[in-house]
Amino acid sequence: MPVVEAVGLRKRFGKTEALRGLDLAVERGTVLAVLGPNGAGKTTAVRILTTLLKPDGGHAIVDGLDVTTHPREVRARIGLTGQFAAVDERLTARENLELVGRFFRMTGGRPRQRASELLTDFDLDDAADRVVKGFSGGMRRRLDIAMSLVARPSVLFLDEPTTGLDPRSRLGMWDLIEHLVAQGTTTLLTTQYLEEADRLATGIVVVDHGSVIARGSADELKAQIGGDRVVVTLPVDGDPLHDGAEVAVVAALAPHAVPGAPVTREGRQLTVAVRAGTNTPDVIHDFDAAGVVVQDVSIQRPTLDDVFLSLTGHGAEAS
Amino acid sequence: MTTTIATTDTTDSPAVTAPHSLSWALRDSWNEAMRHLRSLPRSPEVLLFTTLQPIMFVLLFRYVFGGSIKIPGISYNQYLMPGIFAQTVVFGSTFTAIGLAEDMQKGFVDRLRSLPISQPAVLVGRTISDMLRNTITFLVMLAVAFAIGFRFEGGVARGVLATLLLLAFSYAFSWIQALIGLSVKSVEAANSAGFLWMFPMTFVSSAFVSTSKMTPWLRRVADVNPFTVAANAARALYNGRNPGRDVWLALAWAAGIVVVFATASVRRFAHAAD
Repeated sequence: MPVVEAVGLRKRFGKTEALRGLDLAVERGTVLAVLGPNGAGKTTAVRILTTLLKPDGGHAIVDGLDVTTHPREVRARIGLTGQFAAVDERLTARENLELVGRFFRMTGGRPRQRASELLTDFDLDDAADRVVKGFSGGMRRRLDIAMSLVARPSVLFLDEPTTGLDPRSRLGMWDLIEHLVAQGTTTLLTTQYLEEADRLATGIVVVDHGSVIARGSADELKAQIGGDRVVVTLPVDGDPLHDGAEVAVVAALAPHAVPGAPVTREGRQLTVAVRAGTNTPDVIHDFDAAGVVVQDVSIQRPTLDDVFLSLTGHGAEAS
Repeated sequence: MTTTIATTDTTDSPAVTAPHSLSWALRDSWNEAMRHLRSLPRSPEVLLFTTLQPIMFVLLFRYVFGGSIKIPGISYNQYLMPGIFAQTVVFGSTFTAIGLAEDMQKGFVDRLRSLPISQPAVLVGRTISDMLRNTITFLVMLAVAFAIGFRFEGGVARGVLATLLLLAFSYAFSWIQALIGLSVKSVEAANSAGFLWMFPMTFVSSAFVSTSKMTPWLRRVADVNPFTVAANAARALYNGRNPGRDVWLALAWAAGIVVVFATASVRRFAHAAD
């Protein structure tokens, strides 16, 4: 049974339909990435699943409890890190963590003990007793996520965990999330970065205009748009318009090519769809054996950006 | 990193089994109040500015207007100070709107709303901490007032009673401010929306001058103004005069405001994400 399950979620804000029947499920110990552009409805979905918002239709279950009828029980079992680092910047890192512990009904020395554990785990020991106001963006994010894990939630919700971070902090955050995942933290994360979903998630749902337009693993999604391609650049000194060069290249690629796949040519560049797993050394070897001279060979594997483009007809930047 | 971060199949959150009792709601309120109070000593400049303004008002009114305003039967100093006290504590309630708007804007309200706590506790904790902060301001202001000759002419007990009455009155206004803070979109808006109406309310009243010299329609407004009632009640108590029904009327206003605005604020808070 999935830890998180949403069925037919609908939500309207005035004239805007933020969610139009969204379905998703997160299995225990896995990471689901909800991938979509700004305004696709990702945050609305997270807010409904974390009891902050009531859906207009559909229902959602978290850890066996309905989010609309048992909000408080659901809150006792989840951790939420929203889009903005929700830390009290007037307090120290330790005080922030202890506060959450007390709010989770921890008593005696438990909040302090748990705060110390998390400060160490999140590499905040040196900054533990400093007021958060002076923290960097990356430190705030780490503290924010630590605050979501105080009570060891059944499921962790991360709403765009790396938005607004510089590239270095983003890589650090990815390492951190991978570490949490490796330990079996059931996680639902939203992101507009395709790379991020590819790297962190076990499963991906692609959301656009309030509903899921595709789901599967990163590889499954990539397979949907036709797999790998070999891009060959013909040499400058040859006659680029001479058909002989093109014919020779296509013939040499025949063992790898997807049967019947079209060959596209743009200037001196030839693109041929090939079977998944084809690698550059094999292609070069075959060119050598056939005596075909080329300037460059590369294999392009589709990115999730390509997936998004092929699914929606527009890029992932705007909805 | 060690293995302590891991979430597990079963959460060890004590909140899963803890009962939702009134005592937990009170504890939540106290924890939330402490969140604000803890930071007070760390930003002495905030406290300084909140006390500087009342001190300025005390001195300006006392020495600039004090000479030319005559109220029959009472020294202007004794007349004015309770009015300034009342205005200052009511102005102080705007911290509730500003603080809540800030927590909303920064996403902290979302964090609080996603925790297994009593939701009204967030607002109770906020208003209580603002009242305690207001109490500090009040004590500073009393000290300055005493230094320039103000006295509890009705005795210490009545002086304390008058002070508590004004604090209770400002606590009620904190709930109006809570609703404002939850309803606006930014800290700046909370600041303006919280402050603007305070000026007509505190000046069209008996706080600084007697309402008897105002034009008849203005006087009618001033006389029914709850702020006039509270200022009159406190003034009577500080000066050892008979407050008549003003004390009870002021408390009734305070209670009424709390009931109406606390209900509205708690409702608004539950839908803060809409």
